[in-house]
Amino acid sequence: MSDWLLSATWSPSVVGAGIGILIWMTFLFSDRPLGVSTAYAKTAGMIEKAVSRKNVASMPYYRQVTPEADWQWTIIIGVIAGGFISAYTAGTFALSAVPPLFAETFGADTLFRFAVALAGGIIMGIGARWAGGCTSGHGISGTLQLSLASWVAVICFFAGGILAAGLLFGFRFL
Amino acid sequence: MPFEGIRQNKSLQALLGLVFGTVFGFLLQKGGVTLYDVIIGQLLLTDFTVVKVMLSAILVGMVGVHAMKAAGLVRLHVRAGSVGSTVIGGLIFGVGFAVLGYCPGTAAGALGSGALDAAVGMAGIVIGAGIFARLYPVLERSVLNRGKFPAETIPQLLGVSPMPVACAVAIMILVILALFATMGL
Repeated sequence: MSDWLLSATWSPSVVGAGIGILIWMTFLFSDRPLGVSTAYAKTAGMIEKAVSRKNVASMPYYRQVTPEADWQWTIIIGVIAGGFISAYTAGTFALSAVPPLFAETFGADTLFRFAVALAGGIIMGIGARWAGGCTSGHGISGTLQLSLASWVAVICFFAGGILAAGLLFGFRFL
Repeated sequence: MPFEGIRQNKSLQALLGLVFGTVFGFLLQKGGVTLYDVIIGQLLLTDFTVVKVMLSAILVGMVGVHAMKAAGLVRLHVRAGSVGSTVIGGLIFGVGFAVLGYCPGTAAGALGSGALDAAVGMAGIVIGAGIFARLYPVLERSVLNRGKFPAETIPQLLGVSPMPVACAVAIMILVILALFATMGL
């Protein structure tokens, strides 16, 4: 049992089933779907607030997404911690900067990878807030509620992602 | 609704967010979906781990959430989307997905596993969310409400109860997962 608990990888269906059960818990005990992209908007609001309190109060978006360390913010701290616990206890924790596939396609330059990651993150942050959710909020929590917007969103996530990845790496499945 | 005391307790909820997040991050890491190569592999349609995790989560989550809804234990949280918000935002997100190689949740799990490029990506997501917050008043007036969807849920759209739709989605997911297994994906 503990061998299995600490093994480096579990089958995708076991992990998926675990996430499904986790979402039962978030609905039951927190009256919320599981989603993480709001945490990023709250963090942006917290930074704005630290710079200028007045500015945040006058921005309509932060009246909807209040910049405070509540459930929707602490969850992202938990995800970092959970990733660490899983990797560390399995003995796979290792600092890395350039993923293997990126290195073999674009070179192993750390600064270049960081610049691309920053640009990708900015695009993703805009898109996540624009669409009102991400791979967890729309892609899993919304689709399982049979939300029309979430099914459309997840199709668009993958349509945009498959097209952009194909342009960057070549359409390898063809 | 049961558990209202727990649901209204703000500090307990902040703690629960941390606990649920930890379980989520643990599972994402165990599933291998915190790896850049696995996520890009999915977008290149050479590695189907991400879709397998998502479909299994949707299947199990859907059964439990709808059963609890029918028993009066939980309420749904769905919002109507629009072409201007859901489609355009979704496509922008997809491009970011391919460029970053992580999504907002898996980036956090990847950082926990030691991926420093995921930390840079997370900083980017915060900046992107901040840019969106600044653009929000303009976008709200011009784009986000264009082409509102006629219903919040697929059952509402079809004018049927959730049960037959949930069954159809469950069968569809099982067929796709079985196809992946037979094709050796």
